[in-house]
Amino acid sequence: MADHAHKLEILRGLIKFKSNTQKIWGVLILLTIVTAVEVILGIYKPESLMASFLGMKILNWIFIILTIVKAYYITWDFMHMRDETKSLRRVVVWTAVFLICYLIFILLLEGGYVFDVYKEGFVKTDF
Amino acid sequence: MDNTVVSTGTEGKTWGGGNKPLKASYGKMMMWFFIVSDALTFSGFLAAYGFSRFKFIDSWPIADEVFTHVPFFHGNYPMIYVAFMTFVLIMSSVTMVLAVDAGHQMKKAKVTFYMFLTIIGGLIFVGSQAWEWGTFIKGDYGAVQTKGGNILQFVDTDGHRVALRDFAVIDEHKERVQDERKSGLWFTSEGTLPTYTVAEVLNGLEANENVLVRTQIINEEGEKTVLSRAESLRQIKDNGMLVVEGANLHVNEYGSPLFADFFFFITGFHGFHVFSGVVINIIIFFNVIIGTYERRKSYEMVEKVGLYWHFVDLVWVFVFTFFYLV
Repeated sequence: MADHAHKLEILRGLIKFKSNTQKIWGVLILLTIVTAVEVILGIYKPESLMASFLGMKILNWIFIILTIVKAYYITWDFMHMRDETKSLRRVVVWTAVFLICYLIFILLLEGGYVFDVYKEGFVKTDF
Repeated sequence: MDNTVVSTGTEGKTWGGGNKPLKASYGKMMMWFFIVSDALTFSGFLAAYGFSRFKFIDSWPIADEVFTHVPFFHGNYPMIYVAFMTFVLIMSSVTMVLAVDAGHQMKKAKVTFYMFLTIIGGLIFVGSQAWEWGTFIKGDYGAVQTKGGNILQFVDTDGHRVALRDFAVIDEHKERVQDERKSGLWFTSEGTLPTYTVAEVLNGLEANENVLVRTQIINEEGEKTVLSRAESLRQIKDNGMLVVEGANLHVNEYGSPLFADFFFFITGFHGFHVFSGVVINIIIFFNVIIGTYERRKSYEMVEKVGLYWHFVDLVWVFVFTFFYLV
């Protein structure tokens, strides 16, 4: 990045910034809005979002998706991933994403299984 | 730089050194690879947290009811303080990225200023975390642990939490004192005793008609189950073993001890990262002041610590979600 070339578009070119500094403040505003939405949802917990969807409450899915959105902007704009080569991006992101998804999948599945054993497997845990 | 790096005469050849694969310098690429491995460590912790939570999915503590305090204010403010901490960390990420940007433009004064703000932000965050640990360890309402290791908390008939100090009947003649090394055998001692005994809590419960016991089991409405008056008395009388105030690695008044263990471990590990980030930032800050990077004609070092600092922020975003929100 010796040539100081920053890509100044976010949201697939929906918002274009004039300078890198301006983009930083823009991303800050975006992250603040997302965090505020999370906190407000966390405090009020709307009844309509408490229904279960794919084994988890819709509200929790919203939290996780918003977190990934925040992670994307931190990595892409604060850590300048947007300006790196495509191959560096893939080396870092795909490795982490693949391994983390695998880890989460096996551990959560196992946790759910242990829960079922405790609950229905005639195992007494409270004496 | 010229007098520190030996020229090999093979520059420009593929294996001659000085190449930048993926167009990133050596230091920056290694920082990225370190970040990937550190990210996997953190996801290991968070996935283990998820495992334990799924294992006890019907009795896990509800984070909103645990983290409700704000410094200098009394009352019940779930989430507010953690949201503030999150904002502080994101803000310090912003000042860091502004410092990197100023570094690209070789503006020393600006880099110094923004690095300074970043360090202040980091210190505020670590301080907040210390305060939150203190509050968590000290506890608030107190609870009774059963023989089976479950936690029983107390509520009034409206469902509001009741602290032990509000209803326990103090027995003036209790004989149990803390065993200290000076009082018995010189090699035996024990930790601080709880303020109340189970018998005092039971007496208090019997004397106060409107106090009920709340178990950890989450019912269909997503709330903790409140027992009937008769069942409350029976539970404390038959199963009450230990009065728990606050949390440590053994007991936890908020619910499952695993919750406290993971809280200390994950936020502690993250706090340690923030602390080391602040230390590294301070070192770089002084390097900026004495003009090291000005002479090197490149502020890339600021960019590299910046990467680390943003990573700490990135991890917090996930800790925030999985510990406080979900």
